[in-house]
Amino acid sequence: MQGNWHWPRPTRLSLAVLRRNFLVWRKMAMATILGDVLDPMVVLLALGFGLGKLLPAVEGVPYITFLSAGSICMGALYGATFEATYSAFSRLQVQRTWESMLNTPLSLDDILWAEVWWATLKALKSGVAILFIVYLFNISRAPALVFIPLVLAVAGLTFSAMALVITSLARGYDFFMYYFTLVVTPMVFLSGVFFPMNQLPAALAAAVQWLPMAPAIGLVRPLVLGEMPPGAGWAVLQLLVTGALAVWLAAVLLRRRLLR
Amino acid sequence: MPISRDSVVAASAAETVMNSATPHGKANAAPEAALAVDVRQLHKQYGGRTVVDNLSFHIRAGECYGLLGPNGAGKTTTLRALLGLVPIDGGSVHVLGYNMRTQAQAARAHIGVVPQMDGLDPDFTVEENLLVFGRYFGLSDAQIRARIPELLDFAALTPKKSARINELSGGMKRRLTLARALVNDPDLIVLDEPTTGLDPQARHLVWERLRALLARGKTILLTTHFMDEAERLCERLGVVDHGRLVAEGEPRELIAQHLEPYVVEVYGEGAEAWLHANRACLPGRVEVAGETVFCYLDDPAPVVSQLHATPGLRYLQRPANLEDLFLRLTGRDMREEG
Repeated sequence: MQGNWHWPRPTRLSLAVLRRNFLVWRKMAMATILGDVLDPMVVLLALGFGLGKLLPAVEGVPYITFLSAGSICMGALYGATFEATYSAFSRLQVQRTWESMLNTPLSLDDILWAEVWWATLKALKSGVAILFIVYLFNISRAPALVFIPLVLAVAGLTFSAMALVITSLARGYDFFMYYFTLVVTPMVFLSGVFFPMNQLPAALAAAVQWLPMAPAIGLVRPLVLGEMPPGAGWAVLQLLVTGALAVWLAAVLLRRRLLR
Repeated sequence: MPISRDSVVAASAAETVMNSATPHGKANAAPEAALAVDVRQLHKQYGGRTVVDNLSFHIRAGECYGLLGPNGAGKTTTLRALLGLVPIDGGSVHVLGYNMRTQAQAARAHIGVVPQMDGLDPDFTVEENLLVFGRYFGLSDAQIRARIPELLDFAALTPKKSARINELSGGMKRRLTLARALVNDPDLIVLDEPTTGLDPQARHLVWERLRALLARGKTILLTTHFMDEAERLCERLGVVDHGRLVAEGEPRELIAQHLEPYVVEVYGEGAEAWLHANRACLPGRVEVAGETVFCYLDDPAPVVSQLHATPGLRYLQRPANLEDLFLRLTGRDMREEG
């Protein structure tokens, strides 16, 4: 055993943890699909068609087209965040699933990575479901849409790892309210989901840019419009660096919590 | 980690107890390979508070060893160190020949654990719990499925194989946790309070299963609060208090070594008055706990006949047991939950 500070390295066994979560999900897929997919879909269609009627074109495109990029990212954010907070906490604290796993050859690094990947898959699933709506309702059928799942995989990993940092600190479900109220909700409302970020005071916009939602939308929105995103490399790098820092921090905090 | 003088003294004291508890020093001469567990001078502290204090003990392959101690004595921390789940501050832990500082994951492939809290997956059936857990050991589905009928049979859960966890009784859950711990066909089984919270029937069934495992040559390490459990199952016991091993040996020998052979308990309203009147002529050691007087005696006959002649007193004569030993070694004070 080697201190708390090293980078978490998974083994092949972590796939067994991923399969466990998948088996649970398969048993209640309908309920979770309703929650993860229907919510952002209703927001997109109601606001897009309803509010969109009242608005002139936003950034030169119909409002629902503008909103769809944000909705896809928002779906990914909520898909990852709910999984990596409430559900992961159940496994950590309430059901003691991770504790049982640690009595096997699985390491905490295996469990952490499996949880990151699993929540990333949930993010992908939610984001892609909305992408499907975008295609189905002919909001966009640009060939560039095929790149969106790649963006969602990277952004989803970052959202998942951030949520796992919070979970590793949580003592009860109530704790997640702080995260949702102080981070998730402001991030959704200020990162350009519903209106362009240039409507914000410059200082606020600059601050929000550091959170991962802004670069994610910065990548997805041009793709919805059929364009290659400008500065894509930097946006992806920002997401990856944020995600890596969060994975590492979650690993350190979880070791302090479970292996002491 | 600096080793204080106190802990050095404690370690040598523990060694003395060990040596005197093993007749002819046979156990100490056992070859290394035959040791399933070898803990030497284990030291662990949390924020400056020592919880395991130069603890040394070993378990021979095929043996059932019981770790006893009051709450907060350091039993659970010792078990966690034994599984390589806590960084240790001093000493060494070897399990099945693996160094648990560096080879814990490889070692755990050969260990089965029954934790204090079952930690079963409530979303799965009995059968799925075994399947999913087996995958954590890197076993293929085919390998696990081939083992499941035998495991279900062992746990007497075959009719319940498709039941959800919340449909099981406490005893069934415990048996499933035991079956789950056997999914990797372990050489060593570690059980943390395996029968706490079970009714007598369920406890007897668990004991019977554990004896069956011993008969198959498995090594067992258990912690327990039940002295009858320790006496029935364990070939050797270690009594831990304040993180130190305060006694170790075979149950009967330990009792003989530390206690008079007989105990007469006098209880009820007149007990205290009786003690006051007779204290001077009582031959052995006397302890009072609540409203019960415990007389530890080599020959109980005179005291019993005296009690018999005293009307209105209730008393009980019995051989000294592990509970007497436990209380003798760790005191009668209540311990905080820990």
